[in-house]
Amino acid sequence: MKKTFKFPIAEITPSEKTVLKAQGLSDMSRIDDRILRLAENAVSTYKKLVDPVGILADISETDFKEVFLGEGNNESDAPLDSIYKSSESMSLFSVTIGKQICTEISSLFEANDFPSGSMLDSAASEGAELVAEAIDKQYRTFISGSAGFDSSVGFMRFSPGYCGWHISAQKRLFEFLKPGEIGIELNDSYLMIPIKSVSGIIISGKKGIFQFDDLFDFCAECRDHSCRDRIETIMKTNSY
Amino acid sequence: METLRLLNEHLQKGDVEEVRKLTEQVIAEKQDTKKILDDGLIAGMTLIGQKFKAHEIFLPDVLLAARAMYAGLDLLKPLLISEGIPMIGKVVIGTVQGDLHDIGKSLVAIMLKGAGFEVIDLGRDVAPEKFLDTAKETGADVIGMSALLTTTMPVMKKVIDMAKEQSVRNDFKIIVGGAPLSEEYANEIGADAYCFDGVNAVDCVKSFLGVG
Repeated sequence: MKKTFKFPIAEITPSEKTVLKAQGLSDMSRIDDRILRLAENAVSTYKKLVDPVGILADISETDFKEVFLGEGNNESDAPLDSIYKSSESMSLFSVTIGKQICTEISSLFEANDFPSGSMLDSAASEGAELVAEAIDKQYRTFISGSAGFDSSVGFMRFSPGYCGWHISAQKRLFEFLKPGEIGIELNDSYLMIPIKSVSGIIISGKKGIFQFDDLFDFCAECRDHSCRDRIETIMKTNSY
Repeated sequence: METLRLLNEHLQKGDVEEVRKLTEQVIAEKQDTKKILDDGLIAGMTLIGQKFKAHEIFLPDVLLAARAMYAGLDLLKPLLISEGIPMIGKVVIGTVQGDLHDIGKSLVAIMLKGAGFEVIDLGRDVAPEKFLDTAKETGADVIGMSALLTTTMPVMKKVIDMAKEQSVRNDFKIIVGGAPLSEEYANEIGADAYCFDGVNAVDCVKSFLGVG
């Protein structure tokens, strides 16, 4: 399967509360009207400029081996290395919220409107993650509808640049997936343009394959250890 | 003096229009340019930095004040140039090669400029040689590098190693920052300091240059 998607804006719009939280404001009672207005404006601008698209393509274990190895820069031991070899199915993905928002963020900073630029940047980052979740959901829906699917199956998403998978693997990922079809390009430093894009692999398999401890060498340098929550969610979920 | 006090206060409130008006007024009054910069604009931003550090205000408050400060600074800049008043130091800053996350770096640059430093922002995805070449060409005092990916952090070490190879390591202080970094990592790669946010970066750079 190879498929492109356009997502409903309502589905991939972050709430003002989420945007404020990303700005370090979690106690709503301490936020004054000016800051609330900045968040409202950021979400409103986001809705006007967002162009959420994505692409998914199934990939075999043999082909993914090449993508995973990339330019040979991965950590010697990475969780994805054993997970993909035990998977039931896999799909490469790429999503973006489009280039207009990224251009607007730059323009705001260039005009010294830092509060609006920073707030829109937070909205865009949260939005890009929502688009990645939306394509993840599409894949789950597709897989869960296939014969033989049961609740022992879980899903996990990985991206180059994280968890020991070197960012240079983007090159082979792009060669295989060709996200240029939806307007995402890769530069010489393996960075995606538009900036607010996410790419990687979604893996499905028996939930047990996703169990790993965050004790890899590179985990010491990771601040959020979000893998713990992701694994816990997989194990708790009765169905996809 | 009263106008400078008002300028300082309105800057802290992030009131762009008032800051612009008051800066025009003190310029028209022919007040000392350096005094306008130091006691009006930089002093206001310094207090904002202290309030942020004490968790009394939030990032958007800091950025509202910075926007107001830049409005005043834009008016003052021609005078600073014509009177040959130097900024208190020069910082070359950028996000390392292979890393696209530049919002944190931009915020550090805004705070440094607000504290009275000249900032040369190289943007994102900056090659190691670009940091060093720019710092050498401009006579910078400090190089600041940012990374958000654990896989791009080693580029920072590459810059520091290159500086050693080129025998220019002692010509600049090197500060590093970004979510996955730590003081231990900064020490390990031979950086002079790890800065966890813009206010902390201002404190670090000021202490290196023996100002403020």
